[in-house]
Amino acid sequence: MKRSVYSICGMCTVRCPIRVESEDNKVTWIEGNPHLLGGALCAKGSAGVALLEDSQRPQQPLIRVGERGAGQWREASWDEAFAYVAGKLAAIREQYGPESVVLSSRGGPWQDLYKTFIHAFGSPNYTNHDCTCGRNTHHASLSINGVGRKGFAYDIKNAKHLVLFGRDMFSALRLAENHQTLDMLDKGGRLTYVDVRQTMTGVKATRFFQVRPGTDYALALAVIHEVIKRQYFDATFLAAYTSGFEELCRFVDEYTPAWAAKACDVKEKDILAFVDEIGEDRPKVIFHPGWNLARYRDSFYASRAMHILNILMGNIEMAGGLFIPKGAGDVGKKGIRAVDCPKPDIKRGDGVGWEFTHFDKGPGLAHLFFNRMLSEEPYPIKGWIAMRHDPFSGMPDPEKQKRAMSKCDLLVSIDTNYSEFGWFSDVILPESTYLERDTPICQQKGLKPRLAVRRKAVEPKYDTKASWEIFKGLADRLGMDTFFPFATIEEYWAWQLEPTGYTIADFEAKGFVELADKPVFYTPEQLAGKFKTPSGKLEFHSEKLDKVNLPSLKPFASPAAPEKGMFRLVFGRVAIHTHGHTTNNPLLSELMPENTLWINSKKAKAMGVVSGDLVEVSSADQSYRATVAAHVTDFIHPEAVFTVHGFGREIPRQTRNFLAGLSDQKLMIGKLDDWDQAGGGVNLCEVFVRVKKSIRNSKRRAEL
Amino acid sequence: MKKYTIRLNTRRCVACHGCEVHCKTNKSLPVGPMLCDISTTPLKKIGGVPRLEITFSTCRHCDQPLCLPVCPTGAMVKRPDGIVYIDQATCIGCMACANACPWQIPVVNPESGKAVKCDFCMDRLDAGLKPACVSKCATHALKLVELVEA
Repeated sequence: MKRSVYSICGMCTVRCPIRVESEDNKVTWIEGNPHLLGGALCAKGSAGVALLEDSQRPQQPLIRVGERGAGQWREASWDEAFAYVAGKLAAIREQYGPESVVLSSRGGPWQDLYKTFIHAFGSPNYTNHDCTCGRNTHHASLSINGVGRKGFAYDIKNAKHLVLFGRDMFSALRLAENHQTLDMLDKGGRLTYVDVRQTMTGVKATRFFQVRPGTDYALALAVIHEVIKRQYFDATFLAAYTSGFEELCRFVDEYTPAWAAKACDVKEKDILAFVDEIGEDRPKVIFHPGWNLARYRDSFYASRAMHILNILMGNIEMAGGLFIPKGAGDVGKKGIRAVDCPKPDIKRGDGVGWEFTHFDKGPGLAHLFFNRMLSEEPYPIKGWIAMRHDPFSGMPDPEKQKRAMSKCDLLVSIDTNYSEFGWFSDVILPESTYLERDTPICQQKGLKPRLAVRRKAVEPKYDTKASWEIFKGLADRLGMDTFFPFATIEEYWAWQLEPTGYTIADFEAKGFVELADKPVFYTPEQLAGKFKTPSGKLEFHSEKLDKVNLPSLKPFASPAAPEKGMFRLVFGRVAIHTHGHTTNNPLLSELMPENTLWINSKKAKAMGVVSGDLVEVSSADQSYRATVAAHVTDFIHPEAVFTVHGFGREIPRQTRNFLAGLSDQKLMIGKLDDWDQAGGGVNLCEVFVRVKKSIRNSKRRAEL
Repeated sequence: MKKYTIRLNTRRCVACHGCEVHCKTNKSLPVGPMLCDISTTPLKKIGGVPRLEITFSTCRHCDQPLCLPVCPTGAMVKRPDGIVYIDQATCIGCMACANACPWQIPVVNPESGKAVKCDFCMDRLDAGLKPACVSKCATHALKLVELVEA
């Protein structure tokens, strides 16, 4: 029988809207939702079929029988696996208290499920991957705007100039955002790209700054200096909505373009020409404040500088600028119901909220658990449930993480794929692929807010379950069933939609329900109350930072240069892969089976390395090394080497990516402890590695 | 005279390689054969920005296809609208077509042992749809162009 359903892609966390055709329970066609994306889909999206058909993913619950990490498993029924996990959780709660269990997730729109589960269990320790992603950006936005990272969105399509500091958007592929950027360029708009190397995003740029690694902040300060000097700011907007402008003026006085040119290894005339363009294009200049800025010691301040530039433009809540995403309540509609349980009033195990009072308490900071797990302060952690989160791939130094995790009585991985954490864990609860699972309805905020839902296109190929079924199954066995008052997804959807007046049938026509007919912008009067800072204004100077003895405007400090024979390791992504999530996908591994090491031509020449030669890359302490091909190019800064994240995996059941390429996080020895005290993000690019030409490049022919 | 061609707007293409996978999944091809290809030149600085050229290539659907007369079983067929396709039921996988083609376009499908190549998704065209690579191009950079006599 032929079927067509609208759904939500799950190949990466962009979650593009899709339409899926199937016949006799086989997926025959996946395309981007024609109503929103005109059919557009990326390689990963099409390769979803290969994920679905892949036998190299967990096919039923697995319980460990050998040593942790030894890869010896027994297959279990769901009943048995649920009983096993619930039994262990109950025993931990009994002996150590409920706070001894951590639940980490990848984040996303269904976090209410995971949070409710762990809070109902009695633990405050919900965390997510954001310490290795958007935390610095999030806290930077909170400190200035009083709203978090997602408190603003960008009307790129109507902008005249988009400025991206290392945000490689044409590799990240948020397709709707990409379409906006390409439309803007088609209309003659400008794109300025700043990075330590050239990327596909930079290829599309009208201006490119190849900066010294770790100097984005310096460049942004010089642009602020020059914008203020030339009075390219909106004085009316500044007077109405901001505080601390005079202090900002005094602070940036010394950060001239001539100074920044030296600090960043770029030309002064290029900075001045860039500011000329800003003068022409303002106020419709969007300075993207960063996505994953868990990178350098000053990334929090760099993100603050980018936010400050937007405010100087006065581009808030206008076409071609930044806007506050609207939800149901903002457009006069009732929102959907979500599962919920108040957070238990117990100190968090990562120190957020009591030792670190300036961070958002929501998900805390995952990397801060490990030292505390080893020292058992303020209490022992005895269980870790990773929901579609792979701490060993996403965070530095998996060997140290393993030492901390070894103190646990229970490690559970809930995931569609084997993860590096899952392989080390005690129980793998396999989640159905996104093509085989229904999910709760979610709200997508924007100028035109929507409700959206993922619908399964086919029945599960293996004995796997949807995440909501897994949490409900565990909750039922732990006496927490009242928090999940539904037995089927149809009941769940009906319960969620009840206040809205919509039914699930309203999603049939387009795959989503639009809550507004046209884009909603706030009036200047409405905007005044939207910044949740102490003063209600956009604050260049933050009292919240004063209270923890952190500067609001931090002087730039030049980053350390690598020692001889070493390079700063910079990681990134590529359009074909979603990190380790897809490197074992047959169709994507075919396109890119391994990563390489990008190295500057002059540095490579000095080492006698040409493109394609094997190079050995090792951690500073030489405890991890891998050999990969060199990609020699002029278009990476000489201090840096670059590699694509998601490779160098060591899961024998994933045969296609097993030991293929280089793992950046395994090179980051000791780097769980190198993090941004102001922003909370891990400094993932404050890592130096050794690189030498591999002895495996022998040109002799010794064999027949 | 051929009726169709596929054009890449290189200003919009971001070399995401989506088209290659859209094609493969639509044709249910295993790892190995690729019926279209996105390739890029090395980066070169032009006007201060390192840039590259992107090329989309697939079967040219020649007006006088060299692959057609060499096929010993008549499996290579040219339709009146110019689409050159391989009749899978008749193909014996000898790959004479690939040797005759200046660009070695036909490739072996290791699962069937037969030759495969781009047919502009003629089943989709006949149903009023666009080829898979065009329909799903991530940035709407690929377009199906209908050729008209000047």
